[in-house]
Amino acid sequence: MSDIHALLLCVAALLATGPLAVALNRWPGATRLCYGATLLLTIAAAAIAAGRLFGDAATPLTITLPLGLPWLGALFRLDALSAFFLLVINLGAAAASLYGLGYGRHEHTPHRVLPFFPAFLAGMNLVTMADDAFCFLLSWEFMSLASWVLVMAHHRVDDNARAGYVYIVMASFGTMALLLAFGLLAGPEGGYAFAAMREATHAPWLAALVLILVLLGAGSKAGLAPLHAWLPLAHPAAPSHVSALMSGVMTKVAIYGFIRITFDLLGTPAWWWGVVVLIIGGVTAVLGVLYALMQNDLKRILAYSTIENIGFIFVGLGLALAFAANNMAGAAALALTAALFHVFNHTLFKSLLFFGAGAVLTATGERDMEKLGGLIHRMPMTALFVLVGCVAISALPPFNGFVSEWLTLQAILLSLGLPQWGLKIAVPAIGGLLALAATLAAACFVRLYGITFLGRPRTAIAAEARDVDLWSRAAMGILALLCLLAGILPGFVIDGLAPVTQYMVGARMPAQASVPWLSIVPIAESRSSYNGILVFIFITFSSLLAVAVIHRLASRAVRRAPAWDCGFPDASPALQYTAGSFGQPLRRVFGTMMFRAREEVEMPPPGDTSPARLQVSLRDVIWDTLYAPLANLVLFLAGHLNRLQFLTIRRYLGLVFFSLVSLLVVLALWS
Amino acid sequence: MEGLVFDIAHLLAGSLVLVSFMMLYQDRLYALLNVFAFHAVVLSLSVAWQAYIQDAPHLYVTALIALIFKAIIIPLSLHRIIARLGIHREIETVVGVVPTMLAGMGLVALSLVVMLRATAEADPLAREDLAFALSVLLLGLLMMVTRRNAVSQVVGFMSLENGLILAAAGAKGMPLVVEISVAFSVLIAFIVIGIFLFRIRERFDTVDVQTLDRFRGEKR
Repeated sequence: MSDIHALLLCVAALLATGPLAVALNRWPGATRLCYGATLLLTIAAAAIAAGRLFGDAATPLTITLPLGLPWLGALFRLDALSAFFLLVINLGAAAASLYGLGYGRHEHTPHRVLPFFPAFLAGMNLVTMADDAFCFLLSWEFMSLASWVLVMAHHRVDDNARAGYVYIVMASFGTMALLLAFGLLAGPEGGYAFAAMREATHAPWLAALVLILVLLGAGSKAGLAPLHAWLPLAHPAAPSHVSALMSGVMTKVAIYGFIRITFDLLGTPAWWWGVVVLIIGGVTAVLGVLYALMQNDLKRILAYSTIENIGFIFVGLGLALAFAANNMAGAAALALTAALFHVFNHTLFKSLLFFGAGAVLTATGERDMEKLGGLIHRMPMTALFVLVGCVAISALPPFNGFVSEWLTLQAILLSLGLPQWGLKIAVPAIGGLLALAATLAAACFVRLYGITFLGRPRTAIAAEARDVDLWSRAAMGILALLCLLAGILPGFVIDGLAPVTQYMVGARMPAQASVPWLSIVPIAESRSSYNGILVFIFITFSSLLAVAVIHRLASRAVRRAPAWDCGFPDASPALQYTAGSFGQPLRRVFGTMMFRAREEVEMPPPGDTSPARLQVSLRDVIWDTLYAPLANLVLFLAGHLNRLQFLTIRRYLGLVFFSLVSLLVVLALWS
Repeated sequence: MEGLVFDIAHLLAGSLVLVSFMMLYQDRLYALLNVFAFHAVVLSLSVAWQAYIQDAPHLYVTALIALIFKAIIIPLSLHRIIARLGIHREIETVVGVVPTMLAGMGLVALSLVVMLRATAEADPLAREDLAFALSVLLLGLLMMVTRRNAVSQVVGFMSLENGLILAAAGAKGMPLVVEISVAFSVLIAFIVIGIFLFRIRERFDTVDVQTLDRFRGEKR
């Protein structure tokens, strides 16, 4: 049995788990059985994919099943790219299943989650293996609908129904764009198999149109600005392990779709494609993190941070396109490796952080940071793992986030060799945007961690929190460990990505495993190198030393309590720094233009003893200028077309008659 | 011989269009029914001629069906319905005769332009036939739009269907099964409409569709 057979069997078993969960609805062990099954199946699939990626990745495996279009069948294919994404998907899915073993027990309505969770996993797996447009779109839509049902699992909670509505509208729009893109790629002969699309040569205008449609279709799923509007609504609405899947894994499936179409099916790129993708990616990165800084809801911050990371990944992909268009295969391989490495990393730490948010939610029932605080004393394990996630996502060494962002910036430094002036100017500017985004992301996660886990509890419920169950902690611990391992041993990840870049852009980064001392050298020893282990050892050693010195000198020294106490320790916890106050400087700098932030101070009149109030109003400019007018237009048209429902019989006949006659007139005038 | 064959087919199809025009300006129901019966007779003649020149015996069956159902059974039963409903004195036109006739001429011109251009490579006989068939169809639709009485709308629908049969007969190689099923569906539609007419009448004491609209609370 070859690998692809085994993978398809895993998917089939996942699909069978859903109906099983329905059948066992009333049995109390159903939750455990369902998540246990998905855990085993996804581990198996991840192992197969990893074996493929590190083994014989260069030769693709194909299989045709007698399903789908009658004259085509359902084509599946396992090549290096799908193997890598299958590994990422199933790794994230296995972690979510492990987490679900514990988290799922707190679910009030398990029958709304259990049947669709395996179906969602199966859908994502199928998208990456599909080898014809029909199969791809079917699996894509299957994945969207399954995740939509999961978003709607708690549909009675405020705003969740609206989130689901916005999500399904945007998902349908994205699928439509992809459908049109595949229609253009297939051409008039209807070559819907990917093999046929690869063979065909596409006219430049057609390729440009397909690129725009793919940016709309895959970009709306991934959360590229300005199509991100659904993401921060829908991702937090789902149960936390599903949020982790949607944010950490499903957005990666969208990126897979983008890479598959632009790098593989569309032929040689033109240089300006890179500019378009770069600009969208850079703007998305900065916008995402700015939005995140304005939020107080834990899961919503994580969702906006996903948008930022997607922007980072798309900048890497845009660079790879620009280099590939100029036949700089080595540089393209570096940029693509950086993007894919970040795909892998983001799956790890975003899932970890969503699990952490879920743990906080389980322990306190709160997602609002302003009501938390001091959790590091009540939930020490969770706090440690979330700290790892926060450091990793802030791109600080020695964790994995640093390596991929460092590689992206290395690729940006190579852009001086590009011949087009447009790119020469755009790429460093985008590099500046990325640096801004990375810094703001660090601020964002300092804020998230500091307000939630440090300080003192702001509410009674936060003061009484207890750490979560063993399964959830194990899932977070494993992901935290993987973040650290990928950070200190990045060479192995880079070597694992070599077959993918070899297949996509025809080159690979230099082999890293043979570099002495486990350093990584992206281009040449003389230019730059990074050694994760060395940094790790240095950081560990210096922080241990600092701790020892502080304890030695500070703890035993005589302490005197200050007379005035700076007004802090014994007063109300409300006097602490809050999420709002942490975000205020950044809101004043960036928010006035981006969010039309307005601050108003209401002072009570002299003599009145009521407190003064500070009111802050924020508006989402993109929603106001893009989505609201569109929604109003649709509502206006629908309101007016509604009259067509109440015509008289003769008017209906007249309507049919006049439309027929006018079509005939058009026909007569046309030819 | 070739010329004569063509001319007679042309003549019959043209007369069908002419009779459609005659239906447009009949404002009394009995007269309308008589013209409709005549319409069906012309149709069956035309189909029979097609059967003769195409040497397709099954088209004779079609012609016979058209003659029996459309020229005899349906007009007679509509006659009885009108008599039982007591509406034989009603006069109706929503749109005046002159604008209706002008619109009908425009429609015929339109269908000629569209069809003759769309079928440039086809057999000339089939081309003319199709153009006339589309005219008959559009005129039937026009009649449904301009009438208010349910009975005359039924007649308009039937004449529209005559246009379809003319087109089907003109196209060579149309299987008999299709024509028979079309004929039956028309018959069933007729029965359903007939029953509905009586139900409407029972409820509202009229078959003027305008009254129905008023009953639904529509503003006019």
